[in-house]
Amino acid sequence: MPDLSTYFRTQHMPTIWCAGCGHGIVLGAVLRAIDRVGLDKDRVAIVSGIGCASRAPGYLDFNTLHTTHGRGLAFATGLKMARPDLKVIVVTGDGDLAAIGGNHLIHAARRNIDITTVCFNNEIYGMTSGQFSPMTPTTRLATTAPYGNVERNFDLCELAKAAGATFVARGAAFYARPLSNLIEQAIKHKGFSLVEAVSQCPTYYGRRNKLGAGADMLEWQRTQAVTAEKAAGMKPEELADRFVIGKFYEADAPEYVEEYDKLIQRLKGGR
Amino acid sequence: MSAERARVRLMQGNEACVEGALVAGCRFYAGYPITPSTEIAELMSERLPRLGGKFMQMEDEIGSMAAVIGASLGGLKAMTATSGPGFSLKQENIGFAALAEVPCVVVDVQRVGPSTGQPTSPAQGDVMQARWGTHGDHPAVVLCPWSVRETFDLTLRAFNLAEALRTPVILLSDEVIAHMREKVELPDPATVKVVDRPRPVVPPSEYKPYGPAPGDEGREGYVPPMAAFGEGYRYHVTGLFHGEDGFPTGNGEKSAALLRRVNAKVDTRRSELIQVARESLDDAEIAVVAYGCSARSAVRAVREARARGIKAGLLRLVTIWPFADEAIQEAARTAKVFIVPEMNLGQVAREVERALHGAARVVPLPRVDNELFTPDEILARITEEA
Ligand SMILES: Cc1ncc(C[n+]2csc(CCOP(=O)(O)OP(=O)(O)O)c2C)c(N)n1
Ligand code: SF4
Ligand SMILES: [Mg+2]
Repeated sequence: MPDLSTYFRTQHMPTIWCAGCGHGIVLGAVLRAIDRVGLDKDRVAIVSGIGCASRAPGYLDFNTLHTTHGRGLAFATGLKMARPDLKVIVVTGDGDLAAIGGNHLIHAARRNIDITTVCFNNEIYGMTSGQFSPMTPTTRLATTAPYGNVERNFDLCELAKAAGATFVARGAAFYARPLSNLIEQAIKHKGFSLVEAVSQCPTYYGRRNKLGAGADMLEWQRTQAVTAEKAAGMKPEELADRFVIGKFYEADAPEYVEEYDKLIQRLKGGR
Repeated sequence: MSAERARVRLMQGNEACVEGALVAGCRFYAGYPITPSTEIAELMSERLPRLGGKFMQMEDEIGSMAAVIGASLGGLKAMTATSGPGFSLKQENIGFAALAEVPCVVVDVQRVGPSTGQPTSPAQGDVMQARWGTHGDHPAVVLCPWSVRETFDLTLRAFNLAEALRTPVILLSDEVIAHMREKVELPDPATVKVVDRPRPVVPPSEYKPYGPAPGDEGREGYVPPMAAFGEGYRYHVTGLFHGEDGFPTGNGEKSAALLRRVNAKVDTRRSELIQVARESLDDAEIAVVAYGCSARSAVRAVREARARGIKAGLLRLVTIWPFADEAIQEAARTAKVFIVPEMNLGQVAREVERALHGAARVVPLPRVDNELFTPDEILARITEEA
């Protein structure tokens, strides 16, 4: 096990996260991936929006940027254009990325800009104490869905893939090692990569939906997660209430910053 | 074409804005098309990559403002341009730039509002939005050109001030100035003063991204030195209230110190920041206070009034925020009436009233029918008051 403490700004800990929150496990997976890729701390920027998940950068010893709600990817886009030498990683929540930041997600994916996005998906707005998000399954309870959620939820991975992301995967906090493997691959991938990390919010989502404490919610992840390989042989009915983890898609496609640099080079040549 | 001749050109205000930005060292632009600012984006898309800079057409104005801030943190001088509806969308992130102290330039080419309003017609209705558009107490530096050449000068100045103060600076243009063509002679870029953000002189281990530079300790409204991401300083930037180390703080005293300092950056530099232009104001009994496109008609009205023997003068606001209270009070030593022609319902007239503290009478001259003032209309008002 690598010593992750070198990546933390320990003087700013403990984190704001509740006991049993899944976000710390997901963050550990991000750091393990960074460690395995062997990135130099000075060459990494971690960018986030607003939410419990988005508080992660403040605890990390990299170039860190905590922006406005939903806009992490747009800030990251400008930063990456200014500093192509930086590895830019966006950490975000399901509300931050799929609701208010949804437009930036699809356009970052469409451009295939070399940014890795890790979505800490707890299926709820944790920070504002438990309103439903675009990732909350239908019928689940939330403070703004007191009779059960009427809306349908996104499949974020399908969305990103359709929008043009060239690396798409889903993992879960319970399966932290496979999750960090996926994040590692995403970081190594050239182009826009999304890893959805199923996390848990026992404080608001778990309590309200009677899903138990953090450990119970992790147990749910353990039993309900199905690998992509296994899921391929299962019927839709068998997959109901389960979620699929693994790498779903990887493709080679022109990356935005490189393409723009080619344009600059071409113009320099007077063409 | 020789370089000399290339500098003398017939150009539009929006074009002059781009020239000013490029001379200032702008190397990143992100925007979303909107009339009457679009020419700025179009020209930037053409010019920037030729200079090794980068242009982005983002998915909306919120993302544009965000990308500009991200690029500035990466060390590039960055700007965006928009008009009314887009200016509204940028406001949250303008506040972020103000609190996180990220230099950038925002151009708002005013059109008729609120809402979609009249996209192709001139107005000056964003004066208060430029000051108070984002929530909370925040500093504002807003410059208002009245000609094509001045659009060049003030865009350059906007960058210099943004960099020097680590704050967003707004260039408040309008549809008339933006689309008007004038023959201008641009200065030789080599002779132009370009300011870059203050840089840290201490090693990373001692760097406080929001602390004073050595020698600035205890100075009210100091500007903290700024490292770019990727230069080895590894600091934290947040829109939460933060201490000198950049990390969020719930401490009320630290929060107050931050809020006071970011505002004091502007308040303690009023005399450097506030530019006005005066015409026949020394002995004026009637002062006209105008800015942007309306000032063009006002100056002719004042000249005509003088020709008729009326002691009228013009005070033109070049810096519109911070507001030129001192210049207005000074004019009130002789002037007892202040006429304020503006293409809105009286946004600056109220400020003039406030600055005067009753020292003179204010005559608002609002116009919101999408038509420019004619010099005669302003002259008629001057004559009435004489
Ligand atoms: C513009 C804006 N709208 C609303 C909010 C309030 N807000 C803060 S965090 C949040 C939801 C965050 O949810 P998510 O991204 O899922 O993160 P989590 O807290 O669940 O980790 C909301 C609505 C805000 N800060 N800014
Ligand atoms: S509110 Fe939920 S998401 Fe936020 S820290 Fe607590 S458990 Fe985690
Ligand atoms: Mg959430």
